[in-house]
Amino acid sequence: MFRYIREIEFQTICNYVKEGASVLDLGCGDCELLYRLIKNKNVRAQGIEIDEKEIYKCVKKGVSVLHEDIEYGLSEYKDNSFDYIVLQQSLSEVVKQPDKVIAEALRVGRKVIISFSNFVHYRARLQIFLKGKTPITPSLPYSWYDTPNLHFLSISDFIEYCKRRKIKIEKATYLGTKKRAYLFPNFFALVGIFLISKN
Amino acid sequence: MKDKNLGIVETKYFNFAEPPHELELESGEKLGPITVAYEAYGKLNKKRTNAVLITHAFSGDAHAAGYHKGDDKPGWWDSMIGPGKAFNTDKYYVLCANVLGGCSGTTGPSSVNPKTGKPYGLDFPLISINDMVKAQSKLIEHLEIEKLLTVAGGSMGGMQALSWLIKHPDKIKSAIIVASAIKHSPQQIAFDEVGRVSIISDPAWNGGDYYGGKTPANGLALARMVGHITYMSDRSMMEKFGRRIRDVGERHKFNTGFEIENYLHYRGSNFVKRFDANSYLYITKAIDCYDASEGKNLSELLYGTKAKVMVLAFKSDWLYPKYQSKEIVKACKVAGIDTTFCEIESTYGHDAFLLEIDEETQLIKHFLEKVVQAG
Repeated sequence: MFRYIREIEFQTICNYVKEGASVLDLGCGDCELLYRLIKNKNVRAQGIEIDEKEIYKCVKKGVSVLHEDIEYGLSEYKDNSFDYIVLQQSLSEVVKQPDKVIAEALRVGRKVIISFSNFVHYRARLQIFLKGKTPITPSLPYSWYDTPNLHFLSISDFIEYCKRRKIKIEKATYLGTKKRAYLFPNFFALVGIFLISKN
Repeated sequence: MKDKNLGIVETKYFNFAEPPHELELESGEKLGPITVAYEAYGKLNKKRTNAVLITHAFSGDAHAAGYHKGDDKPGWWDSMIGPGKAFNTDKYYVLCANVLGGCSGTTGPSSVNPKTGKPYGLDFPLISINDMVKAQSKLIEHLEIEKLLTVAGGSMGGMQALSWLIKHPDKIKSAIIVASAIKHSPQQIAFDEVGRVSIISDPAWNGGDYYGGKTPANGLALARMVGHITYMSDRSMMEKFGRRIRDVGERHKFNTGFEIENYLHYRGSNFVKRFDANSYLYITKAIDCYDASEGKNLSELLYGTKAKVMVLAFKSDWLYPKYQSKEIVKACKVAGIDTTFCEIESTYGHDAFLLEIDEETQLIKHFLEKVVQAG
């Protein structure tokens, strides 16, 4: 299930990106997304990743990657250095100050793609309310003691945040267990994917 | 993979800059004729597009890989250069040249000054990292190679790779800069100065005029001992030597025979057999005075550069710490250069670039494949 959702997530992000664009992936992991974007969309790709083990995988795939911290790495770029900045699950997992990083990403990139797991999916709500336990769902498959997630947010949280910061949401895709969650995404979506830009 | 090596290799010599066509140095002075000692491994392809230039560190030479006849030790980066290795000689034509000012075949202060018929000594002009690269570019021209696939080097070799990137960006497709810096920090200059003073204060140095007589071996050995301390890390020394004592040689009050002491003495006395004290002075001065940014913002000098760049640093390297590599990375980022950077986990200190072979191989091998594919 987790793999399936990730796959759809990859495809959705690929569809958001225009042919031949430049893309900076923050917290790119093994560079799978950038690798696909190079192959399918002929993008100019650059990754940033803090884990040394992942760097070798990226280089093996032929993707340019910088072994550094997202916050620090982003601040060194000039305004509008890339067409897209991608934060695939990085916002909740690795970024310590999401507000600052989103603002920086919107400075360095013309558009920003953000995906994250919805913390208030109905299954999560059930687990909290009925069992009184921290939820474990297909998109958040971790126990509290070994989760990579630093921040837990919902679809509604993010939309509200964008409104408050005057960020334009150009596109949004919500992934449910089997298909897209068109209805009540905050309730049925496991993952939200947003294409945002400066207003 | 590593059982294969290049076998017996030979040093070749390229002569150029015959007067009146001397090489103009950065200082404005002219130098000629010049001999460049170099080695070449692998085969240059028909289109002459598979050449790789390896630039050596401070005390290195042209003998980067393979064995010289009768030697039981291979070249200084043999673990990285050869069939199937990072710089795969089945695919690439790998070159390495001794730097200008050196003492292993290329013209330097110990070479004969044609005007006097005696070794230059201090009559040798001050040279720079850019001058070393200029001499290399003459060799590349002579070999009719229009564009190098990459220039790769560690430490001072990294500075040369950086110089290629800035001064000859259209002649390289990529640069691999390992454990290096845009410019030396005061700490790095300080260690070099201790080495230089050690040589100069040896009475045998005699104002640089010692050829044919007693050489400043004590000063040069001491300089090398300091150097070796800076190449290791606290941890690597602890692991390699601990506080172990080995009984050697003549006993006196202060000879406790700590293994680290013996190691440094051994390194020092070995070094004087192969290195010229004046070369030590000229080359360390060239490194200390190098500033790739020329007092500007390095990114300004890199704008429009199409070459791809790989920068590598090592975690325990305190002589060329990570922040110095990251300064190079930052300039590349701002200039919009396709850049890869990795800080490799290592306990070896600065020496890591000669020792962390598996990691370097993984990174460099695939990086080069990408450079080839990009065409």
